[in-house]
Amino acid sequence: MAKTITLEVARYRPEQEGEPAFENFDVPLNKDWVVLDALNYIKDKLDGSLSYRWSCRMGVCGSCGMMVNGEPKLTCATFLTAYDPGPIRVEPLRYFPIVRDLVVEITDFMSKLKAVKPWIVRDEEKPISEGEYLQTPRQLDNFKQFSMCINCLCCYAACPVVGLDQHFIGPAAIALAQRYNEDSRDQGKEERMDVLSQHDGIWGCTFNGECTRVCPKNVDPAGAIQQYKIKAVTDWYKSLLMPWGKK
Amino acid sequence: MKQSHAYTLYHPKWYRRRVSTWWWTQQWRSFKFILRELSSLAVIYFVALLLWLLWSLGQGEASYRNFLAWMESPLMIAFNVIAFLFVLYHSITWFNLAPKAMPVRVGGKRLPDWMIAAPNYAAWVVISVVIAWFILGGN
Ligand code: FES
Repeated sequence: MAKTITLEVARYRPEQEGEPAFENFDVPLNKDWVVLDALNYIKDKLDGSLSYRWSCRMGVCGSCGMMVNGEPKLTCATFLTAYDPGPIRVEPLRYFPIVRDLVVEITDFMSKLKAVKPWIVRDEEKPISEGEYLQTPRQLDNFKQFSMCINCLCCYAACPVVGLDQHFIGPAAIALAQRYNEDSRDQGKEERMDVLSQHDGIWGCTFNGECTRVCPKNVDPAGAIQQYKIKAVTDWYKSLLMPWGKK
Repeated sequence: MKQSHAYTLYHPKWYRRRVSTWWWTQQWRSFKFILRELSSLAVIYFVALLLWLLWSLGQGEASYRNFLAWMESPLMIAFNVIAFLFVLYHSITWFNLAPKAMPVRVGGKRLPDWMIAAPNYAAWVVISVVIAWFILGGN
């Protein structure tokens, strides 16, 4: 038989067990298999009751984030061979309530995300007849990195502040706020600042930097947050020194 | 945020894990992070020490000698060495983080991290040398 590797998969079936427990599965160690392929193999051949989220299997949809050997990872981009000879421990994303097996509850994140208005805010929309809002490549460059976020929530599972303070708005939401703040077509900076300059916003961050380290899309949320902090402080000084000036 | 996921009505079956108070001892990375957070206490300590020095100078010679005598005690020296190491760690990590917080763009391109960190280090060295020259070169 071909080489295999053991997956220790966290199971939680609320009707059956009071707390999560590990179950071992041996899967073929194929060179081109990622952890998600192994989970699909388990579901198809070994135990159809295993629950987990996935969709695109190509690092775009952001639904397959899980803890792999204690690190938040996109399981569709994490190769089994990197962990040879195993075992590989697969757990649901840290700090989120577990619904079932590897599926976590993310409503809390969704409401935090919505709070920062991650869309283009205009004081006034110009009529369609005037055409589209134009943008130069350099203007695009200002926020492009932050726009790569796929809401996989690996950064939340990496951030100790998220773990300790459930009210903290979190890395991805701030990075996405910054994505729109830096967009030349947007006019919603101040509305977002109202939410983000709170204690649970940018000031909750202690610049631990784990979010940036684990981000599978190189978004650098930690950088976004620190840049935001500097901006908040300079704005505050400006309004102190020149109260008549426009923010 | 107003909403909380600690308790959600009608969903008693969601499993919630508690973060241990000792979470930072589980990984070397988090341990280093907490050390860095603690190092700010050493920074505060040196500020207080400087204020104490200035204060005793202002009180006259006897008071200043008393301060110096304090500083010469082995306990104080040991304590200061440890606090100094913490401040050193604080400064180095601070300079390394600076490029992350303040990216500089020139001609639409982001400058590499070392180009922002290096002037910080250079300024640190120059200022330290000037101060040392003032203190040691004076007599
Ligand atoms: S399955 Fe879509 S990102 Fe992994």
